[in-house]
Amino acid sequence: MRTLFHKISGAFTMFTESVSMSIANITQNRLRSFLTILGIMIGVTAVIALITTVSGVSTSISDSFTSMGAGTMTVAVTGNDMQAGLTTENLEKITELDDVTGVTPTVSATITVARNGEYESDISLSGKNDYYFSTTDAVSRGRAFNPIDINTMARVCLIDQDMVDEFFYGVDPIGETIYLNNLSFTVVGILADSSGESITEMVSGTSDIYAPYTTVMKLNDATLVTSITVYVDSAAKSDTVKTEVGDYLDSLFSYEDDTYTITTMDSIQETMDSMLSMMSALLGGIASISLIVGGIGIMNMMLTSVTERTVEIGLKKAIGAEPGQIQIEFLIEAFLLSMIGGVIGVVLGIALSAILCHVMGTTFTISYGAIALGVGFSAAVGILFGWSPARKASNLNPIDALRRM
Amino acid sequence: MSENNEIFFRMRDIVKTYPLGDEETVILKGISLNIFRGEYISVLGPSGSGKSTLMNIIGCLDKATSGEYILHGSAIDDLDEKELAQIRSREVGFIFQNSQMLPKLDALKNVELPLIYAGVRPRERANRAEEMLVKVGLKDRIHHTPNMLSGGQQQRVAIARALVTHPTLLLADEPTGALDQTTGQQIMDLFQELNDDGHTIIMITHDLKVARHAKRVVNIIDGELTEASDSEEVTFA
Repeated sequence: MRTLFHKISGAFTMFTESVSMSIANITQNRLRSFLTILGIMIGVTAVIALITTVSGVSTSISDSFTSMGAGTMTVAVTGNDMQAGLTTENLEKITELDDVTGVTPTVSATITVARNGEYESDISLSGKNDYYFSTTDAVSRGRAFNPIDINTMARVCLIDQDMVDEFFYGVDPIGETIYLNNLSFTVVGILADSSGESITEMVSGTSDIYAPYTTVMKLNDATLVTSITVYVDSAAKSDTVKTEVGDYLDSLFSYEDDTYTITTMDSIQETMDSMLSMMSALLGGIASISLIVGGIGIMNMMLTSVTERTVEIGLKKAIGAEPGQIQIEFLIEAFLLSMIGGVIGVVLGIALSAILCHVMGTTFTISYGAIALGVGFSAAVGILFGWSPARKASNLNPIDALRRM
Repeated sequence: MSENNEIFFRMRDIVKTYPLGDEETVILKGISLNIFRGEYISVLGPSGSGKSTLMNIIGCLDKATSGEYILHGSAIDDLDEKELAQIRSREVGFIFQNSQMLPKLDALKNVELPLIYAGVRPRERANRAEEMLVKVGLKDRIHHTPNMLSGGQQQRVAIARALVTHPTLLLADEPTGALDQTTGQQIMDLFQELNDDGHTIIMITHDLKVARHAKRVVNIIDGELTEASDSEEVTFA
């Protein structure tokens, strides 16, 4: 019992002495230690910054999905030979389905805009209905479209700030006339910056000008809508509504195959999430290569150190140090170097990702998993790459070592 | 010879060979040596005579190719690396030609070093190390680092370091080799004091004048030992 206690306290003493000797060695070769630590530090910083930033982006995206209305779904309709899309009446039918709060059609055109001799082509025009404006604060000034605008195919429009700057310099555009494809339209309002976007708009880019969707369809010589967004009163009803809409469209298109596809927000979000986590893993993997390079740096430094301290090792062995004790000393030194780099790397990584998230306007959350990964990884690198030099030191023949005196 | 007449160091037919190309070079050709507790003995030999090899075997830094070596009841030939380290820690105090202090540590820490590996606790360690430094006459140099100490003082630190584990055997390899004559004499006086206190000392040297400080001198030439009598004149080219 007494000897066991003696052994344990002896091992502890030995350990604390090894730590203080390692610190002395690390601080003695300041520049070399710093450069070695730098390697690990950069690796851990990269891993932490990438993982935290990607997870911030991921959180922001899922937040914006939620704000756009969880449970909404987009329906793309190709129809059949009889009817290659949806009529206004069809849209009303879908709106009347249980748990559906509203429907917005996705209609767009590419147009030329002109006013007072100024003109610009390739402007994207988006068709909206009145319900659209109840789902988002799209209008910063003036008014949204009302049912009368929609029903009468009124030539009214909403323009964004860029359009205001370009065509209405020094003039209040509201009530003014602007020419879209040579047809006169009245500006009734200004669009808010980055107004709530639908999924389609997020993918294809925002539009510069909004007009009633019926008006845009007339511009396009179209009578049918091929894509709509269906809003549901709660995310839980998403599946029920999907079935209802599917049943309606099946009956509309005589149960033919491939006449429509329904994509729910949930499934888009799932795809997005899995893409992001793949990206996170990929970037983390690339960053961890730099950690391995850092580990090689540690190994290099430790091997040099073993060579330089051959005499010291020989002396220590002569005065009774066991091979295992010498190995522990060197292992602790490698571990400490790596851990110092790891801890600084974690701090820098968090700071860097906080800055990145701020710049990109995404949510910043500290990922404890990433911190654990960074610290754990650097500890593992220290032990892994310190092992072989420490082993070399412990196997050193004391006679050969002391011959160098 | 010691009064208690205890042989605690016994070597019989120690042979050491090293491979050299295709052949084996025989460094030690069957050495037998008995040492009594409390003896002060010099091993005198020119360079290339095998005395360093013999010292390494005596100090348990190396093992013989064949033969029997018993130190304080342990058969050294049967031990592995770890056990050899423990024997060194317990039984042998080394004093090298250059004191080999660790440059970052002060005298006290350098003397404490063997106790660290022996697992002695900090307070006891410091007390014992300080006691030894006082014993070798460095009472007021305890916290000096090697670069603040003279060669003789460094060698005294090395002696304190060798003594601190209370070894049964002090093993010195050319302990005055790097010192001037006066300082060397002081170290020899210290060895004499230690021997008077009952320490067993083996000193390896090529210098007859140094060897003469010991009570018993053995010659090693070409890997073979011969006992030299006090009256015998030994000279080397």
